[in-house]
Formats: sequence, structure tokens, C-alpha cells
Amino acid sequence: METLFASCIGFLTFCGVFLMLRGRTFPVMLGLTMLSYAVNLFIFASGRLTLRGAVVLGTTEHYADPLPQALVLTAIVIGFAMTAFLVILAIRARADLGNDHVDGKLPDADGMKRESR
Amino acid sequence: MWHLITAPILLPMLTALLIMLPPIHYSPVRRRWLSIISSAIQLVLVATLLLKVQQDGAVHYAVGNWQAPFGIILVADTLSMVMVCLTSFLAFGAICYGSAGDDEKGSFFHPLFQFQVMGINGAFLTGDLFNMFVFFEVLLIASYALLIHAGGKNKTKAALHYVILNLTGSAIFLFALAVLYGTLGTLNIVDMAAKVALLPAADVMLVKSGGLMLIIVFALKAAVLPLQFWLPATYSSASAPVAALFAVMTKIGVYALLRVYTTIFGAEAGALSGMAGSWLLPVGLATIVLGSIGVIASNDFRKLVANLVLVSVGTLVSLVALQTELTAAAAIYYTVHSTLVAAALFLIADLIANQRGKAGDRLVSGRRVSQPVLLGIMFMVGAMTVAGLPPFSGFIGKLMLLQAVAEPSSKLLLWSIVLVCSLLVIVGLSRAGSTLFWRVSGSDAGEGKAAPLQVFAVCWLLIASPLLVIFAGPFTELSQHAAAQLYPSGANAVSRHALAPELEVVP
Repeated sequence: METLFASCIGFLTFCGVFLMLRGRTFPVMLGLTMLSYAVNLFIFASGRLTLRGAVVLGTTEHYADPLPQALVLTAIVIGFAMTAFLVILAIRARADLGNDHVDGKLPDADGMKRESR
Repeated sequence: MWHLITAPILLPMLTALLIMLPPIHYSPVRRRWLSIISSAIQLVLVATLLLKVQQDGAVHYAVGNWQAPFGIILVADTLSMVMVCLTSFLAFGAICYGSAGDDEKGSFFHPLFQFQVMGINGAFLTGDLFNMFVFFEVLLIASYALLIHAGGKNKTKAALHYVILNLTGSAIFLFALAVLYGTLGTLNIVDMAAKVALLPAADVMLVKSGGLMLIIVFALKAAVLPLQFWLPATYSSASAPVAALFAVMTKIGVYALLRVYTTIFGAEAGALSGMAGSWLLPVGLATIVLGSIGVIASNDFRKLVANLVLVSVGTLVSLVALQTELTAAAAIYYTVHSTLVAAALFLIADLIANQRGKAGDRLVSGRRVSQPVLLGIMFMVGAMTVAGLPPFSGFIGKLMLLQAVAEPSSKLLLWSIVLVCSLLVIVGLSRAGSTLFWRVSGSDAGEGKAAPLQVFAVCWLLIASPLLVIFAGPFTELSQHAAAQLYPSGANAVSRHALAPELEVVP
């Protein structure tokens, strides 16, 4: 289970970082979302992976760490709000700057050709 | 009485909510006055708290009475109270300046401003790393919205970079926190310090990687060399009162570095003690150099002031990296001085830009400013303070930091770089001043006069500079007291454990 979980986080982080390095706002936004998924899973794993562990006292012999679950919940809520803000800001930037490039201007002709290839 | 510690967090939050209620929200006058009065009350409150904390020692306040390693605690020691006082003082000036008209250029200026003050105060007061993350996010989301206040192309472009960078920073922050929680089993700063001292050898590398990831996050917030490229564009495009408040935001990064790398990874941390110093000293010094080159190269005054912020951040980070009690004391004094003067300069830049017609704050010949004497004196005081010339607080700040460095090798480096860069800053500022005030084209003066409230706000921030000199004795004592609490030795160490007896380590 650990291997599957770890490679899942690793793959999400890889995709997130790759997309974040793109030049347009939409892929960057997707990249940040992927990265926040990876972060959430990672925080979850910091309480160790247990099967059938309860967080309520007196219900089972086998307890899970409740704190990472609380942390993950906070991180999800904050990440969600931030992503929503970024989406709106990206749309605003598209309107204000006339294009969806993160630097606010399209790369020169050479750069365009290379990108389309 | 100690419930008052929560006031710097609750008061701005409740004020922000009140301002958004219909009877107040629909009247600009009421919005302004409520905001100004609330921040004045806050200033009085935190000043009393600071005096009390200095007399009675640090206080740990368990939120909701959940005891320490399990619940969140707020820590009011001298350092955090000094920073909260600084924020309140600055916020009062910035709100006064904003109330002269800048707040009406967009919506929800006052609530957002109060929310940001709440986040900043919370980040200074909390004794729990995850709670610090939450307060970082509170102040960041308010700052995103404040940055695009009044709108415009430049603001949107700067905001996009700023938001994306900080979201990435938050992701790295969470990775670091998860690594530290997974190995240490706690996120309470004092408890983490105790656990790090007893760390099994197998976990050392894991904790170290977590700690180094935290450096990246705090360095991004503080804008240290490889991660500083966002700062000049962001700060120079924000509207004046917002930029003034942002002057304290880089200091939050410095504060977090000081807190985490002296308390958690300090002298008692065994294999991990002092792991930040070797990384932070070179980047801090390089930031000073880059900032002063930026000061020389800037072609508008706001960019120049933003680069001055970089210089002060570099100085502070190098001081933090040296990790002695004396350098920490110097850093605390220098933080107060540099934050206030940078904020004042942002406001002065806005006043000058408003009076020079089309030339704005660009360093080219333009129309004469309509109030040359008033603005000239303000500029002069601000520039002399930030450059560290004798009658003002910058001089004492520089003197303290140069004297605090004891080790010969770092002394040589820091002295030469700080002094040469001060010279560059003086050159840059005199060039800017002579261009703005003396290179005049045409005989008619520009239009527009500074509103009385704006003049008051700038004077309020500038008056801190002579005050820091006249009361230099008590202020240095205060910063030494704060530094002594960070580096507990002998009696102080005992008192720290006596204050938090519930944090006894269970191996």
C-alpha cells in the first residue's frame, strides 16, 4: 500500500510541477491544483497509513491519528479558496492584458513557432 | 487579563465584519472612521500588552483552554509583541493615508485591510506552525485582493505572478509541515524544539529536509535573493497605502526564520543546530548587493523604494543567519526602523507622483511639485533615515548591527558589504531627490495638494525615526530583552520550562 500511495503522490507532484512551468495561465492553474492534491495526500500520510483505524475513543482497539485528518481538511478548504481566486484573477488578466500568458505578453514570433511545433 | 492577547486578532476581524454591515458599509465616512478608530484602539491595547509582557515575562495562552501540545497556543513574548506593535503603528498610518481618498478607488478597502492586519498579527502571535500557515493564508488572500485594489493593467500582471508564487510557496510549506509532523509528532514550536533534541539518528535527515523546505518558504515571503524577483514589480504597482502595509510583510518571513531557526533548530537541537546559518548568510549578503544595484538602476521612485526594501531584507537575513543574541537584538531594532521608513517612503512617492503631472514618479525632468518645501523635507528625512545618516534611526540601527557581529570572517564580509552598499544607496537616493525636486521643465507647478490626512499619515510614520533615536535606550533594551528570550541561557531557560510545564517531553 505504501508503494502505491507514495508513487501516486510522486506522480501528482511531477504533473503539477510540469504544468506549473508552462507559459499560460490555465495549465499553471491546473498544475497548482495537482500540486495541492499531492500535498493533501502527503499530509494525510504523515499520520501513518492504517486500515480500519477509528479516530473516536472507545470504538476500536486500533486508532488512527486524528490530527492529520484535521490538517488535511484545513488545507483542502484553503487550497480550494485560493484556486477559486486564481481562476477569477486569470480571467481578469485575460481581459485586462488581452492574452492568457502569465507574463502578460505573448512571446515573440520565434517563440510562438517553437511552441506550436 | 491575559485574554487580551487574542485582541490583536479578534479586534481587526470584528471591525472588518462590522464595516461590511449595511449601516456602515453604505457610508464612506463611517467606514473610514470605524477603521481609523479601531486601529487606534488596537495600537493602545498592544502597547499596554507590550509593557506588561516586558515586565511579567512571556505568556502562553491556550486557545479554548486546550492544553499545549494538543491545542493551539498563542505566545506573547517581547519579540512577538514588538512585531504586533509595529504592525498596529504602521496600519494606523496606512489607514489614515488611505482614508484621504485612495480607499474609494475600489471596493472593500477597509475590510480587506483589517483582515490583512488580523492575519499579520496572528502570524506573529501564534505558537503553532500549522496555525502560522493558516494565518499566512489569511494575510495572503487579503493581500491578493488589496494588491489589485483600484485596478489597472500593471496591478493585474503583478498580482498574477504574486498569487502563483505564493500558492507554490504554500504547497511547499505544507509539504514541510507534513514531513516535520510525521517525524516529530507535533507542530507546537516549543514542543518541536524539545522533540528535535531527542531525535533518533535515523530521522535526522528527514527532519533536516523538512527544515530546509521551510527556509525556502520563509525566504520567498522575505524575498531573499533567488526568490526576490516578484518584489519590485509587486510593491511598486500596489497603491500607496497597500504598499506601505506590505512593507511589514517581508518582515514576517524574517520573523519566521528568526523564530523557527533559533527555537526549534537552535543551540539545543543536537545534529541539526544552526543548519540555516550557512545557507542564509551568503544569500542575505547577495540580496543586499542586488538590492543596492537595483536602487541605482531604478528609473522610477517606487521601484527604488521597493529595492530599498530588498536591501533591508538582505541585512536582516544576514543578521538572523549569524545566530547570536547580539545580532538578533540588532535585527529586531533594525526591523522596526526599516519597516516604518520604507512605508513612509512609499507614501511620499505617491504624494510626489500626484503633484508632478504626467511625469509621475519617473526619474525624469517634469513639472515642479506644488508643495516643494513640505515634500522636500519629508523626502530628506526619509532618505537620510533609510541611508543610515547620523541624526536619524538608521544610523543607530546600522551601528548596532555592525557592532553585533563578533566573528572576524563574517565581520569582514558584513562590514564591507553593508558599508559599500550604504554608499550606493546614498548615491541612488541623492540622484532620485535631485531629479524629482530640481530638474524642472517649465515654470508652472504641478496641480494637486496633499490632503491634511495624508500629510498627517506620512508625519506619523516619519516621526518614528527621531523617536527611535531620542528613546534609543529603552528601545535597544527592549530588543535585547526580546533577543534574550529567543536565546535562553541560565535563568531564562528555566523560566521557559516553568512557563510551559505541560510541554515536558515524553520520550
